[in-house]
Amino acid sequence: MRLEPIANPSALRRFGLPALALIATVIAASLLALIAGANPFATLGLILEGAAGSRFALLETLNRATPLIFTGLAVAVAFRAKLWNIGAEAQLYAGAIVTVVFGVTSWGVAWLQLPVVAAIAVAAGALVLLGPVILKTRFGVDEVVTTLLLNFVMLLFVSYLVEGPMKDPAGMGWPKSVPVAKDLRLPRLIEGLRLHWGFGLALIAAVLVWLIETRTVLGYRMRAVGQNPQAARFAGIPVNRVLVQTALISGGLAALAGFSEVAGLKGHLSRDLSPGFGYTGIIVAMLALLNPLGVILSALFVAGVFVGADSMSRAAGVPTYIADILLALSLLFMVLAISLTHRRVVWR
Amino acid sequence: MSALWEILLAASFWAAAIRIASPLIFATMGELICERAGVLNLGIEGIMVMGAFTGWFAVYLGLPLWLGVAVAFGSGMAFGLLHGILTVPFGLSQHVVGLGITLLATATASFTYRLALPEVTSPPRIEPFQPWPIPGLSQIPFFGEALFSQTPLTYAAFVTAALVAWVLMRTPLGLAIRATGENPAAAAAQGLSVTGLRLGAVVVGSGLMAVGGAFLTLSAFSSFFFDMVNGRGWICIALVVFGAWRPGKAVLGALLFAAFDALQVRLQQTPLGAVLPYQLFLALPYLLSILALVLMSRRAEVPQALMSPYNKGER
Repeated sequence: MRLEPIANPSALRRFGLPALALIATVIAASLLALIAGANPFATLGLILEGAAGSRFALLETLNRATPLIFTGLAVAVAFRAKLWNIGAEAQLYAGAIVTVVFGVTSWGVAWLQLPVVAAIAVAAGALVLLGPVILKTRFGVDEVVTTLLLNFVMLLFVSYLVEGPMKDPAGMGWPKSVPVAKDLRLPRLIEGLRLHWGFGLALIAAVLVWLIETRTVLGYRMRAVGQNPQAARFAGIPVNRVLVQTALISGGLAALAGFSEVAGLKGHLSRDLSPGFGYTGIIVAMLALLNPLGVILSALFVAGVFVGADSMSRAAGVPTYIADILLALSLLFMVLAISLTHRRVVWR
Repeated sequence: MSALWEILLAASFWAAAIRIASPLIFATMGELICERAGVLNLGIEGIMVMGAFTGWFAVYLGLPLWLGVAVAFGSGMAFGLLHGILTVPFGLSQHVVGLGITLLATATASFTYRLALPEVTSPPRIEPFQPWPIPGLSQIPFFGEALFSQTPLTYAAFVTAALVAWVLMRTPLGLAIRATGENPAAAAAQGLSVTGLRLGAVVVGSGLMAVGGAFLTLSAFSSFFFDMVNGRGWICIALVVFGAWRPGKAVLGALLFAAFDALQVRLQQTPLGAVLPYQLFLALPYLLSILALVLMSRRAEVPQALMSPYNKGER
């Protein structure tokens, strides 16, 4: 078999194939439920209900989506320039660490402290990604492996901090950090609803990233570098500088996930602050086809699947890992579907 | 300093290094085959988890140990086939598919484990491979204990590496595989099936990765834990680069890496371990891998067609 490009894919192809990918995911979910000995319809219903069936469920999903929007944006920006940042997890923790470091003592001016600490968090995350990117541009070291390995190093560093210098003496022996000051707690987005300003910040970030990508020279250059670095270099684009700028944005965005989780939700640093938000960000970004505004939707979808599967698991007894399987499958199905909208299979 | 010499001169240290290297050798050989055929397989981490689980589960259900290894190999091949179909004939991004496969395989292993053992709090144990001293050789002082008193799966790792090296470097099949990784168009012009060779390489390579994972449950720990692979797959990708895509050098890299890993565990027991946080020792292997990449990347001979899909009739 071989693939033949299609110049102008029909509307049926452009919308039908992604829809097919979604249907295939739902079928897979039903099969998994059957294997687990549960009723497929009831299982799907429970996932939906757990994700969006009540005000509580919906708020839970929005809260879960917040860090995923940030990490999804981080990955989307980087992947657009073919900078394979698989280290959003490490950058997230870098942001969380400095949020606690600069947040334990109140400065007495809350309106100043919050944005300043957020900015420091962005800088920390950017710095963590800067290392692998410089190794890439200077020494030709593949950034996939270096960013991945740094995730493990960073988690060990967090483990050291919460068991050592940052340990909360009032934590009853639990390895968690001292809590941040009251001034550093993000206010509620809407009074009375359990949803913090991190979500609003994530939406603003998505719009900003969209503006950068579509309305600025940097955005144009990132796209050019991603499509063909040789051609971009030939066209006079400073490829390495664009990669470094992309890395600073990407690492900073991932760090904001850590900032928002600490300042908005948890109030302290611990080893389980992120259940893999950095890795899940890759799925979020891919499902959104790397579109910054699409990241919002796909983060809501992914968060919904996780939150829904959690509550379904308690009720129906299907292991909660069904969520991870479904997301992995939807990722693979979607990539295949998108690829086939522009190309057709020819058997010969 | 004397503490360091004491560690390095103990036969048990070298025995541990070779034991730690074994799963890495299996998986590194698997990744090396894939990359030599032009396919980066980032599914390695998840496929190792899958192999660790299926191998352990088969033995837990009553199959003999060697069949457990075979089951792991088969499960690795299955995920390799999925990876191969998506990246070779369909030419999808090897980065995205690989990460997707890692997530899929890891989640499938966890899902099945929870489904099969819903109420278990402490992971059940199996009877793992026992050391198998080679008659005669194991009597040699020092070397006998260090090299020839290992479990059968460790010997198998070295035999596999030798076999991979021989096939890849000395046979027409190996030449064909390397050709598809260097210049697929030229290979196709020779009448070779690029798709077939690449698919085959990814399937067999993924099988080996899964056996590397199975080593952890069947020879090292005797239980299955969710996070037991713990980045070993990513380290194997670094080892392939470190070994400049050559089997012999990659094995040396794995041994070197394993020696450092064995050393950091032992250093934690010395006075040094009382001063420095244990996390620093645990981070050393990862930092070392990054350092190795930096040192080797400059003069590495990357397969020219690595990560570029081949589509007949397209140039």
